[in-house]
Amino acid sequence: MNNKLQKQLLKRSKAAKLERLGKTVSFLALMLITVTVFAIIIFVASKGLSTFFSNHVNVIDFLTGKDWNPNVTNSKGQPEVGVLPMISGSFVVTVLSAILATPFAIGTAIFMTEISPHRGAKILQPVIELLVGIPSVVYGFIGLTVVVPAVRSIFGGSGFGILAGTFVLFVMILPTVTSMSVDALRSVPRYYREAALALGATQWQTIYKVVLRAATPGMLTAIVFGMARAFGEALAVQMVIGNAALLPHSLVSPASTLTSVLTTGIGNTVMGSLQNNALWSLALVLLVMSLIFNLVIRLIGRKGAMSK
Amino acid sequence: MSPKTSNQIAISMLYVIASTIVVILAALLGYIIISGLPAISWHFLTSPARAFTSGGGVGIQLFNSFYLLILTMLISFPIALGAGIYLNEYAKQNWVTALVRSAIEILSSLPSVVVGLFGFLIFVVQFGFGFSILSGAFALTFFNLPLLTRSIEEALAAVPDAQREGGLALGLSKWETVLHIIVPAALPAILTGVILSAGRIFGEAAALIFTAGQSAPALNFTDWNPFNMASPLNPMRPAETLAVHIWKINSEGIMPDAKAISSGASAVLVISVLGFNLLARFVGHRLFKRLTAG
Repeated sequence: MNNKLQKQLLKRSKAAKLERLGKTVSFLALMLITVTVFAIIIFVASKGLSTFFSNHVNVIDFLTGKDWNPNVTNSKGQPEVGVLPMISGSFVVTVLSAILATPFAIGTAIFMTEISPHRGAKILQPVIELLVGIPSVVYGFIGLTVVVPAVRSIFGGSGFGILAGTFVLFVMILPTVTSMSVDALRSVPRYYREAALALGATQWQTIYKVVLRAATPGMLTAIVFGMARAFGEALAVQMVIGNAALLPHSLVSPASTLTSVLTTGIGNTVMGSLQNNALWSLALVLLVMSLIFNLVIRLIGRKGAMSK
Repeated sequence: MSPKTSNQIAISMLYVIASTIVVILAALLGYIIISGLPAISWHFLTSPARAFTSGGGVGIQLFNSFYLLILTMLISFPIALGAGIYLNEYAKQNWVTALVRSAIEILSSLPSVVVGLFGFLIFVVQFGFGFSILSGAFALTFFNLPLLTRSIEEALAAVPDAQREGGLALGLSKWETVLHIIVPAALPAILTGVILSAGRIFGEAAALIFTAGQSAPALNFTDWNPFNMASPLNPMRPAETLAVHIWKINSEGIMPDAKAISSGASAVLVISVLGFNLLARFVGHRLFKRLTAG
């Protein structure tokens, strides 16, 4: 009798067992995500680095070479795998679209939070939320049917190129940057504005000298986030940029980005061949850039937190 | 220039910028819907695509998109729910949690092409799934997990601590509290997050090109045995989705009505995303009312 009671008391209760099970299962789910991230990094890195280790391509030549033609070997007996055209293409469209989008996004965000909060919440907010969700192929298709012909008739050339890519990316990242800037502006405490207005500042002075300064880290994060999105965007850009792996010498001549070469190339190469490995190296460059954007966002966040 | 004048100028500039944006965005939406609607018909939505002649539809692609969406959700929701629960209810503030959080952040900012390539390497090549719905669903799971986890975590965090204390005070274990009190209380917000991420999955194409494939073999819609090759439910068949179809016919399509088909398909995609957004609002609102008797 006593023994039985002891056993019953010392035994883990059903609830405690369930507790342990639940905690373990949810922990495993979390670990699965974490392991996946590391697996992605490790796999892409190992595939991407094999260009340099098993095909013995020089890293510097790879990053600074101007000719992308993996089927051809150059005078030094090395395959022509220079990725400078794609890297510069990616950077140019990213930076240009960010430069174009920033004033519009921040202006709209100020309008939505400071000038007309009511209309902002009623009209702009839902539209922007919807636009964040529009699939990138739809943007690409619009680019193909509207932007490319427009660029062609205004600036000449084929219409495909950096300029068309910039316009498409501008519209694509605009909603994202705007809604993140709105969040940044909304998080500025109300008494900042009240204090400025009480000192006799006009509304614009309040916005420009107080609200914008206080929201700078948040808005920088928004812009970098938009740039990261633009840099990694594949199909919409691929559809309008013309896909010629040449160094961009004008805004309306066909060019290419890292993502556009990847999407068009990876299906046409044999796994393990140099052509394929070179494409994986492009994916690795893309991955590293995405990590760098991540790091920048983190640094901005830390700096913003310290100044408070 | 006096401060008052510059104030006037600046504020009218802001009006100009905001209305420019509204015009651009409205024109964009209007263009998609107006140019696409004439192409949409019952025939367009149900018949299979044709490669060389006009008059094809997007029936199979539409079915594939929904099937892929459901499979992805079936895989990713339990994982995201578990991860969200652990992060919000159990995780301590230490370096492990910090590491996990940065990993999730990195995953959410990875370009979808890279995620797709990883899916290609692992599922299509390594595991030998080939170009199939299953490979696509796994790739989309990676794509979907970080955002879904974050929205579930936020939904759980929004539940007041009094609810947790109440559950514990009644003698429930922590897990029972989470399962029977916190998750139901957060359900409207969780569902909103799920539906919004469904919209994102529905339109994703870059991660699918090399995982779910770019071909849509004919399906026999009377055969519902998942092990038959022509069955719509077979998860091992290649499945081009609607978004991939738009990309495909615009890059290498040779049917004469490629433009009309892509306008129609784009309109279908945008209307679906709109539908997901409205549904998210409606369901969240409705369920919240129902559960809180408010």
